[in-house]
Amino acid sequence: MIVRNVVEGLDERLHAASFAKRSLRKVFPDHWAFMLGEIAMYCFLILVLTGTFLTFFYVASAEETTYVGPYAPLHGQQVSVAYNSVLRISFEVRAGLVMRQIHHWAALVFVGAIMLHAIRVFFTGAFRKPRDINWLIGVSLMLLGTAAGFTGYSLPDDLLSGTGLRIAYSAVLSIPFVGPWIAYLIFGGEFPTHEMLSRLFVFHVFLLPALIAGALSAHLALVWHQKHTQFRGPNRTEDNVVGSSLWPRYTLKSLGLFFVIAGVLAMLGGLFQINPVWFYGPFDPTVPTSPAQPDWYVGWLEGALRLAPSFEPQLGSWRLPEPFVPGVVVPGIFFTILALWPWIERRITGDRELHNLLERPRDNPLRSGVGVAGVTFIGLLTLAGSNDLLAYLFQVSVEGMNAVMRILLFVAPVVNGLVAYTLCREMKNRDFHKFSHPERVALHRTAEGGFVTVSVEPGSRDAFSHEADRADHGEDGAEDQERGAEHQAAGHDGHADAEHQWPG
Amino acid sequence: MRDAARAAGMFLLLSTGASLALALVYILGGQPQLEGTFLAISLGSIGAALILWGKRILEGPDDVEPREAPSPHGEVEAAEEAVEDGGEQIARRRFLIRLLGAAGGALGVALVFPIRSLGPSPGNTLYTTPWKKGARLVTGDGTPLRPTELETASIVTVFPENAIGSADAQAVLVRVDPVNLALPGARDGWAPEGNLCYSKVCTHAGCPVGLYVETEHALRCPCHQSTFNVYTGAEPVSGPAVRPLPQLPLEVDAEGYLVAGGGFSGPVGPSFWNMP
Repeated sequence: MIVRNVVEGLDERLHAASFAKRSLRKVFPDHWAFMLGEIAMYCFLILVLTGTFLTFFYVASAEETTYVGPYAPLHGQQVSVAYNSVLRISFEVRAGLVMRQIHHWAALVFVGAIMLHAIRVFFTGAFRKPRDINWLIGVSLMLLGTAAGFTGYSLPDDLLSGTGLRIAYSAVLSIPFVGPWIAYLIFGGEFPTHEMLSRLFVFHVFLLPALIAGALSAHLALVWHQKHTQFRGPNRTEDNVVGSSLWPRYTLKSLGLFFVIAGVLAMLGGLFQINPVWFYGPFDPTVPTSPAQPDWYVGWLEGALRLAPSFEPQLGSWRLPEPFVPGVVVPGIFFTILALWPWIERRITGDRELHNLLERPRDNPLRSGVGVAGVTFIGLLTLAGSNDLLAYLFQVSVEGMNAVMRILLFVAPVVNGLVAYTLCREMKNRDFHKFSHPERVALHRTAEGGFVTVSVEPGSRDAFSHEADRADHGEDGAEDQERGAEHQAAGHDGHADAEHQWPG
Repeated sequence: MRDAARAAGMFLLLSTGASLALALVYILGGQPQLEGTFLAISLGSIGAALILWGKRILEGPDDVEPREAPSPHGEVEAAEEAVEDGGEQIARRRFLIRLLGAAGGALGVALVFPIRSLGPSPGNTLYTTPWKKGARLVTGDGTPLRPTELETASIVTVFPENAIGSADAQAVLVRVDPVNLALPGARDGWAPEGNLCYSKVCTHAGCPVGLYVETEHALRCPCHQSTFNVYTGAEPVSGPAVRPLPQLPLEVDAEGYLVAGGGFSGPVGPSFWNMP
């Protein structure tokens, strides 16, 4: 009765009945890899919730103050008001430390989930027409997420974050012709400035979250409107979606995923220390820190800066500052190729069709090779971001480590890409062979109770199809029969069997 | 299915208990590890129960939904026509279109100006530091230094006495045996008693160059491992830095303290496009 009133009331006012009916029955395909984007989305939600809590206590000010809080080792030290407020959140605000650590962990998982989601979308060809627009929105979200993370960990004004900001400032400064102006406009003057914390704060809690929320809404709206892609499978075609309907199954599962992620992040935030700024001390532009690694997702930019050769071409009184290539050009080229990949691939393959069925990595060896090469490249740069730790681990000099990494950076992506390409092509050919020339045998039981194997000509499939299918299933044929019976009893015959057969 | 329902029920009970425990911990003053653990149990258990509910309790065949067919014939053409029709109506007023373009462009230019308020002009700020001829070298706590005060092969961070803590004036004072010095020409007398003073701002990405590698008589930046030979005027020997660390000429004043004999030998910090 209540439901009826609500639905009727909404329909009278909004004509929502047919939309509601369609929406609640909307089908979402089930596959574990489709959860990666959902994980990123839920991390964002948790970031907004914990971040809002933190905003009530954080003070974005570079003013100096004397620390008088409960953390004894810093007693009496001159610290910034911002750093002081982060210590207050960590040691004095009840549940503040847990909230702060959940927030930081959620940021690490957020960017990680975005990247894994992008990798999934790339290798399965989900970015192809008609979803190329959404791929662009996704790449923007990756950039925005990284920027939000970087501005966030710069806020505590601790030694590590200040050093990271210093490097970012230098990268901006290196841009030809406009670098000094842009750096001064962003930071409000020569580094370090009084304004930079309050500016980063506006970026971190207003501009970037607002942009992410907008882009995320568009991203989801397009997924909703275009309907999700699905892998090939029985009854799954280009023209349908097979999976769980929004209400109630998908809602329960997705909400469940949200709570599980929130639970895991709460555990990480409660039990695993992250960014203990009180160990690093307040930022002082004259104090070095070593070893210093940034949050993992900017590690590849740091690695590029570490590996780049000492080279600064000069033309008259002009120079191309050394950090420009590794700090601006390399990420610029990488993200441009990433963003344009759907169109690059279309140019290569000439494929202009609409695609709703996903490919497996082997179905498109070229793309998979390029993808593996790209992942190798970024992975190596990320490792290079810790070249000092690696050199220590292997007991070699940092210079020796760099020499090896520089060679690897150019060789490994090519080798890995070629290996991936070859493997995919071989697997694809074997699949093709299997379908076009199926090797089939029939298993006959003799009157004595023994078995004989009879090979079956591909052409004569009809006559032996029944036996041949059985033979494919091998020794669990009997089990299959039992399961089949069970399923029939449960009222959905055939589905499990059919899935078992796929892809042959 | 009944097992799944029972398990989901247990999870929800567990969650309820953990939430109450969480509230109790909070009331008793809070404890980060316990807060995290109980919060994890209450959230995670709800998640587990919902997933069991969705996957195990609500069993059933897959749902199937058709995808939308492409727009029917004629729709696309009609949309095109609508766009062109409107466009043609506007295109009739060429004059107005041009004026609108001019007004929009002017507004765009005008709106750029507030951006100018965001920061000062770089001017010559990137070329100058507070160091001046005669400025005493002092440590972070303001103590002036005599040329014999520093032991050989040790370093100390120094500032001009009127700008302690300054980010662009920070410098490293390192003392070496003068016989090893091989400074570039025209720097004779810059290092009284083997005292060398270099900018502490790395010429690569601006980190403080704070490590001294005694065996290599080199200053090393911890960020990207640029290494500078102090004997040869801090020429880079390895790492990404291209330019040497600018050197500060040193003198000894009448009272026997180290003072600057002028500004740095070049602009400090990372390169920019028109840096000399």
